[in-house]
Amino acid sequence: MSTIKSLDDLRRIREEALEKRQVKTASGAAQVIVGMGTCGIAAGARETMKSILKYIETNNLTGISITQTGCIGLCEKEPIIQVVIGDAPKITYGKVTPEVAERIIHEHVVFGKPVKDHILEV
Amino acid sequence: MREIALHLLDIAENSVAAKASEISVSVVEDLALDRLKASIVDNGKGMDAETVQRVVDPFVTSRTTRKVGLGIPLLKAAAEMCNGGLEISSEVGRGTSLAVEFQRSHIDRMPLGDLAGTMLTLVVAYPNIHWLLEYSARLPGDNGTSTSPRFCFDDLPIKEALGVEPGKIDAEQAAIFCEPEVLAFIRNQLEDGISTIQSTIQNISVQ
Repeated sequence: MSTIKSLDDLRRIREEALEKRQVKTASGAAQVIVGMGTCGIAAGARETMKSILKYIETNNLTGISITQTGCIGLCEKEPIIQVVIGDAPKITYGKVTPEVAERIIHEHVVFGKPVKDHILEV
Repeated sequence: MREIALHLLDIAENSVAAKASEISVSVVEDLALDRLKASIVDNGKGMDAETVQRVVDPFVTSRTTRKVGLGIPLLKAAAEMCNGGLEISSEVGRGTSLAVEFQRSHIDRMPLGDLAGTMLTLVVAYPNIHWLLEYSARLPGDNGTSTSPRFCFDDLPIKEALGVEPGKIDAEQAAIFCEPEVLAFIRNQLEDGISTIQSTIQNISVQ
């Protein structure tokens, strides 16, 4: 992946992203939600988030959207992330360290196999 | 929390929850006066005086109706421990500004930490907000006439280049902020700008 330096490059990326989107709309988008309440942040949620973003960047993954949510009442299980793929039910993961986050993106988001040992029953 | 940057992330989340459309983060490393100052200013829904009192001191005042977190009191305690303090001014319907200050050289002062990581997290996760960062240093002997090292980040030009407008970005448009090349661009801009200021500060401190 070439490093982009200017806003003109960003305009080009926008065009490319629009084309890609038209191709893959049917495949079911992946959404990752990171808990970013005070409890999550104190437990390391920003590092979890950074690890997800870094994984996307280094592996050149496209079509994943990332959002945040506040405290969902499971503070002792933070950092928490949730993964939604297409129409499948949301899966909630607890104690998601940066390493676990990489596994979840790799195994669940890319290959569709949930990481069983970190799933929270909610 | 172990970093000022983590506290800033936490405070900024409050501004997001207050429905702000513009949030500006500022950090000043004042080497001349030995202070480290940070502030977050938003144009969210604001708070009345009683609520401000309550978010700052959740155990002293009686709270019955509103949920109040511990983020602000924790930061206030950390600042006061370092000969500093925390102040909030807010107006209903206008927005809130929170300012925190530490003695920079205090032994207990937590590190500034990963400011780039904090900003990247916010910009990517909340594209509908217009984000601003100003990170500057005031060098020893600076009497206001010399130019101080300053890094300003404004995500509006990036959004314009991507053809999206803050406040009107739907979920599909928001996904472009998670495209690898866009992520890399924003991350590099933040990391380069912040590290330039930090190496200037380090060079001064060594001399």
